[in-house]
Amino acid sequence: MLLLKNGLLVDPSQNICEKMDILIADNKVVELGKDIKTTSEMKVIDVSEKIVAPGFIDIHVHLREPGFEHKETILTGCRAAARGGFTGIACMPNTQPVADTEGVIELILARAKRYDLVDVYPIASITKGQEGKELTEFAILQECGAKALSEDGHSVRNSGVMRRALDYAKMLDLLIISHCEDEDLVGSGVMHEGLVSTQLGLAGIPREAEDIIIDRDIRLAELTKGRIHIAHVSTKSGVELIRAAKKRGVKVTAEVTPHHFSLTDTAVKGYCTNTKVNPPLRTEEDVYGLIKGLQDGTIDCIVTDHAPHAREEKDVEFDYAPFGISGLETAVPLAWQNLYLAGHLSMLDLIKALSTTPAKILGIDRGTIQAGKIADITVIDPELTQKVKREKFYSLGKNTPFQDWELTGWPILTIKAGKIVMEMGEVNG
Amino acid sequence: MGIKSKDLISLSDLSVEEIKEIFINAKAMKEIIRREIKKVPTLRGKAIINLFYENSTRTRSSFELAGKYMGADVINISASTSSVAKGESLWDTARTIERMGADVVIMRHPASGAHHILAKAIKARVINAGDGTHEHPTQALLDMFTMLEHLGTLSGKKIAIIGDVLHSRVARSNILGLNALGAEVWVCGPPTLLPAKVEKLGVKVTWDMKKALAGADVVMVLRIQLERQKKGLFPSTREYAKLYGLNQEKLKLAQENALVMHPGPMNRGIEITAEVAESSQSVIEEQVTNGVAIRMALLYAMGGGKFNVTA
Repeated sequence: MLLLKNGLLVDPSQNICEKMDILIADNKVVELGKDIKTTSEMKVIDVSEKIVAPGFIDIHVHLREPGFEHKETILTGCRAAARGGFTGIACMPNTQPVADTEGVIELILARAKRYDLVDVYPIASITKGQEGKELTEFAILQECGAKALSEDGHSVRNSGVMRRALDYAKMLDLLIISHCEDEDLVGSGVMHEGLVSTQLGLAGIPREAEDIIIDRDIRLAELTKGRIHIAHVSTKSGVELIRAAKKRGVKVTAEVTPHHFSLTDTAVKGYCTNTKVNPPLRTEEDVYGLIKGLQDGTIDCIVTDHAPHAREEKDVEFDYAPFGISGLETAVPLAWQNLYLAGHLSMLDLIKALSTTPAKILGIDRGTIQAGKIADITVIDPELTQKVKREKFYSLGKNTPFQDWELTGWPILTIKAGKIVMEMGEVNG
Repeated sequence: MGIKSKDLISLSDLSVEEIKEIFINAKAMKEIIRREIKKVPTLRGKAIINLFYENSTRTRSSFELAGKYMGADVINISASTSSVAKGESLWDTARTIERMGADVVIMRHPASGAHHILAKAIKARVINAGDGTHEHPTQALLDMFTMLEHLGTLSGKKIAIIGDVLHSRVARSNILGLNALGAEVWVCGPPTLLPAKVEKLGVKVTWDMKKALAGADVVMVLRIQLERQKKGLFPSTREYAKLYGLNQEKLKLAQENALVMHPGPMNRGIEITAEVAESSQSVIEEQVTNGVAIRMALLYAMGGGKFNVTA
């Protein structure tokens, strides 16, 4: 038995934000209590002055395996998740082969289970081979463990195909996650289109490239009465589209990444390829719009879009580097510092966006700390201030734009199904 | 004296004082070019490498001659003939060059910002001979030097830059330099060839060539790459020439003795007519000579040579 003593329990699922002990036996929570008596069978961890939250769920991660094991593997990705304070991650289907058949989904699940660090929820592609033409077998994929569908990295270009996907997924109540990008409008763009792109002589990506598809997919969800989740919103105008849709009653949810609310396009000056990400880093006005969206619930959750790449792939000219940021191991302190400490979100709302809501969106029985439920718990030290050091990343992807940033509010303990998988930044397993 | 910044990647790496000093020295360098024996020992024992990832005749030979006139050993590496063609990364190529003992590396590269990788990889000084659609600082220096030779000052002068500003590294460097020296810069082209928020660079923007030319002291015509038409940025070269080609009639809108410039190579009959290119107002060929002089002055300032240029 494991007893977490004297911590501040922050559980948005029950609207609890108070000092509470938590007793865990085997893989489940047994009891929450004001002052649980310790016995000799208990391993007691004193978590006074610490935040105890339901385990964080990141519903947008790239694990790269199978196919791109030089970038990341399921094992290293799971370790990075544990270190980052996540007990569950959903992985995108743009592997090689694409996760469009049972074989790939079952491979991911089997390996993740063998490593037994965090839950891995595979996301299957919407179309076969992510080619945008024929739908994958939604029902069969769901049955073997796919938790959502996405074409991540692309939009489904053909609106007719997207409509049918939303229509068909509806009968299975299967979530469709939309990466919104009009590829013709993006063209050869590599960063946000604006003054900075003009100064740097880099091809720009206008906000409209994202907004147009957000708008299209919201309308298709409205048409089909299907459910849509908008991935990595980066524009203020995109937030406004989602806000208006929610008001109309469209079944739409949305996510934001730490890099989009922590950085602007000025970070690209100096041509550091670790700032090259899709959608691109926008402007201060957009950052403000994203934070507003989090505040009023237009944006439901925080995800990393963890996109690890090998060093030799990123250490090239800006135009030639792949898009993506390795995000699992910096997300929590970035959110803590830039959202909670900055005064934008309450502690409850922040934890909700990291745990309770993403669990709900994915339809998994997580994001809560209650007797009888699986004991997935993340403990944050709100006083711990340290620098981001990519050398310490468990992820193979060292591509972070936050190297040497001093951040406060780090996860110090990750408990997965009652088992300590990370302690003080060290992963067990 | 010399140049404080290790590298010249952007024109903004130079202070106004440094730019002016380069101009003073370039004047002396022009004398050397006119001599029968055009070789001075200033940079003797120095190794200069021209690393060109893009085809170039003008800029590459201009740097090569400048280095040779100054007595340096100059070699040329072009991407098509080197290990680059075998897939070597810029970083590794840079490290190899460093180990061979280069003092100055001059690079042209199709990707904006590539010079930052080179500058980080090597201790040798880096000069940007054009990076993607970012900058081409030595072109701006030679352009401004040419303008100053004719106008005496740039302060308050109207400089009209006409054409594909979106893809022009020449325009970006010139805008920085001309603004620093107090000129009034206008950019003009179809909206599809103007970059986002270009007005925030401190220039006046117009689609109307007449407005850009009105009272201009200098008309700088940019090269239009014909493949842009295929990408749908303008409908035809015929229409481009009609709207933005510089001919005698349009040139009359500018000051009577307005200078006509072009960084070359020209598409005669498209962005500029042969008559204008060869007119008495054209300083296009002077730009070429000044290019060598400016690069000599720059190599002098960055090559660490000890020499009195007037000796």
